[in-house]
Amino acid sequence: MDARNRACVRTAPSNMRLNDAILGSAFLGIALLVLWNVRTLPTIPGQDVGPAAFPGLLAALLIVCSVILIARGIVERGRQNWFEAGDWMRSLPHVRNFALVLGGLLFYILFAQTLGFFLCAILILVSLFLSLRVRATTAVPLAFAAALVVHSVFYKMLKVPLPWGLLPVLW
Amino acid sequence: MSAIASAFELVFQPYVLAVILCASIYGLILGCIPGLTATMATALLVPITFFMAPVPAVAAIVSASAMAIFSGDIPGALLRIPGTPASAAYTDEAYAMTKKGQAGIALGAGLVFSVLGGLFGTAVMITSAPLLAAFALQFSSFEFFWLAVMGLGGAVFIGSASVLKACVTLLFGLLVSCVGMDNPAAAVRFTFGVGELVGGVSLIPMVVGTFAVSEILRNVTAMDAPPRIGAEQVGNIFKGMWALTKRYKLAFLRGSAVGTIIGIQPGSGPDMASWITYSLSKRFSKEPEKFGTGHVEGIIESGAANNSSLAGAWIPALVFGIPGDTITAIAIGVLYLKGLNPGPTIFVTNAPAVYAIFIVFILANLLMVPLGWLIIKIARNVLRVSRNILMPIVLLFCIVGSFAINNSEFGIVLMLVFGVIAFVLEGNGFPVAPAILGMVLGNMLEENFVTSMIKSDGNPAVFFSRPIAGVLAFCTIMILFWPVASWLARKMRPAQGRGVPPV
Repeated sequence: MDARNRACVRTAPSNMRLNDAILGSAFLGIALLVLWNVRTLPTIPGQDVGPAAFPGLLAALLIVCSVILIARGIVERGRQNWFEAGDWMRSLPHVRNFALVLGGLLFYILFAQTLGFFLCAILILVSLFLSLRVRATTAVPLAFAAALVVHSVFYKMLKVPLPWGLLPVLW
Repeated sequence: MSAIASAFELVFQPYVLAVILCASIYGLILGCIPGLTATMATALLVPITFFMAPVPAVAAIVSASAMAIFSGDIPGALLRIPGTPASAAYTDEAYAMTKKGQAGIALGAGLVFSVLGGLFGTAVMITSAPLLAAFALQFSSFEFFWLAVMGLGGAVFIGSASVLKACVTLLFGLLVSCVGMDNPAAAVRFTFGVGELVGGVSLIPMVVGTFAVSEILRNVTAMDAPPRIGAEQVGNIFKGMWALTKRYKLAFLRGSAVGTIIGIQPGSGPDMASWITYSLSKRFSKEPEKFGTGHVEGIIESGAANNSSLAGAWIPALVFGIPGDTITAIAIGVLYLKGLNPGPTIFVTNAPAVYAIFIVFILANLLMVPLGWLIIKIARNVLRVSRNILMPIVLLFCIVGSFAINNSEFGIVLMLVFGVIAFVLEGNGFPVAPAILGMVLGNMLEENFVTSMIKSDGNPAVFFSRPIAGVLAFCTIMILFWPVASWLARKMRPAQGRGVPPV
C-alpha cells in the first residue's frame, strides 16, 4: 500500500505519460536487437554456455515482460492515452528549461574541446540561469564563480584535464 | 586484534577525518534541500571519491548518505516538503508539530533518533557481518548464483508498485551490464562499433545520469511554486529527549530493528523502512488516534528506521557483494573500482578495510549530533537558496564528474542518455533503482551462472543439490512466485464465491 502511495506521488499528472504499449515496444525492440546480435557472438568449442547464453536468456525474459506490457497497454487504452503531454509541455518557460538542460549537455559534448571548459560552462550556466529567471546581475557573476570553483576542484586538485580550448593555459 | 588497530590507523588520519567532515556537511546540506535526494548526493559524490584511496572513498559515501537521510527531516518539519523521499512518511506529522509550536521537539527527535537508529544498525552490522562472512566462505558459485537472483528478485517483488515494470527495468540494467568485454569469455558484446563501449558502460556516468540529470530535468520542469519559509521558532532541540527515549524505547527499538532488516533486504532502503515503520508505529501505538495531529511517536520510530536501514544495507553489500539499497549499489560500484571487491573473502584478505568501514559508521553517527544541531540552527538560510540557482550548478558538476572518469566526452554522452531514459521511465511509473542494481550485479550474476552451468554439465539438478544452495533456491523461488501465488489466490476467491449456487 505504501509503495503504491509513493508511486502515485512520483507519477503526478504533470508528467508526460506514454501508454505502456509504447514503452513496452521500445523494450521489445531492445530485446530483439540483443537476440539478433548474440547470434554473431563466438561460441566456445565443446561448451554450450558461451558469451551468448546469459544475454540471450535476459533478452528472452525481457521479451516476455514487454509483450505483457504491450498487451496491458492495448487493453487499457481506453483509460490510458497513447501519449499524454505533461502540464509543463504546454508552458513555454518549462519547455525552454528542459531544452536548455539537454541542449547544454549536447553543446558541451560537441564544443568543449574547441571552445574549452570555461567558455562552455559559463555559456551553459548563464543561459540556464536566465531561463530559470535568475536576475542577470546574479546570474553572470554566479556563473563565473561556479565555473571557477568547479575548475579549481577538478583541474587543480583532482588533476582532471579539463580542456582550455580557445583560452590560453592560464594556470 | 591487529586488524582493528590498523583499521583505527586507516581512519584516524587527518585526511580521512577531513573527508568525513566535508562529506558530512555536504550530505547535510544536500539532504536538507528539497529536490536533492540522498541517492543523488551519493551519485554526485562518486566522481570525487574516484580519486581517493578506498577507505576515505567509502567514508565519504557512508557519512554523506547518513547525514542526508537525517537532514531530509528538516524541510519536512519546517516547510512540509520532505528533503529526501525517506522523510516523506512522517513529513505531515512533523509539520503538524511545528504548527503546534513544537518544531524543536520534532527536529530534536528526528536528530536524536536518527543517531540512535544509525548506531543500532551499525551494531547489528558489526556483530553479524563477520559471522555471516565466515559462514559464506563455504559458498560456491551455486550459492552465489541463488543469492544474486534472490537479491534481484527481492528488489523487484518486494515493495514495487508494479512488479512487471520493475522486472523490465531490472532486465534492462542487467543487459546494460553485458555491454563490453567484461564477461567470462571476454567476448566483445553489444558495442555496435563504438570503441568506448569495449570496456563496458561506466557505472559512474550511468549513476549520475539516472539520479542527478533526471532529477534536474524534473526540477526545471516542475510546475509547483517555490516553498515559503515560515517564521516558526526552533527552541532547544535536545530538551526532553531523554524523557522521550524512556517513554518510547519500545517504538525506537522496533523501528531500528525493522529498519535494519528492511535495509538488509536487497532493493528496499530507507524510504521503504520509514513508510513501513510509520504504519507499524501507528498500529502498535497506545494512542493511535493522535497520529497525524502532531504526535512524536511515529517520528521516533521511522526516524530511527531510515537511518538504521542504511547500516543494514551494508551487511549483504560487504558480505555477498549484493547491495541492500540503491546507495549501497553505488557504493559497491565504487568498491569494485577501488579493487576492494566485496564478498566473504574481503573479511579475511582485507579485514582492516572492513573494520575501518565499521568505525566510519560509528564516527559519522556520532558526528551527526553536533553537525545536525548546527544545520538545524542555520536551516532557514540553507532553505532560502533557490532551486533555480542550484540546478544549473549541479548540472555543471554532473558534466565534469562524468568526464573525469575516463577523461572523455563519451562519459557525458552516457550520462545524457541515461538521464533522459530515467526521466521518461520514472515519469511512467517504472522504478529505476532495479536498473542500477542489475547493472551492478550483472557481472557477478553472469560469472556465477556460467560457472555453475559448466559445472552442472547440462544437469540443472546440481543447482539444488548442495544443502545451502537448495535452501537459497527454495527461498528465491518462494519470492519469485509469491506475487503469482497471491494473484492466483485473489482470483480464486471471487470465483469460488460466484460458483456457490444461490440457495
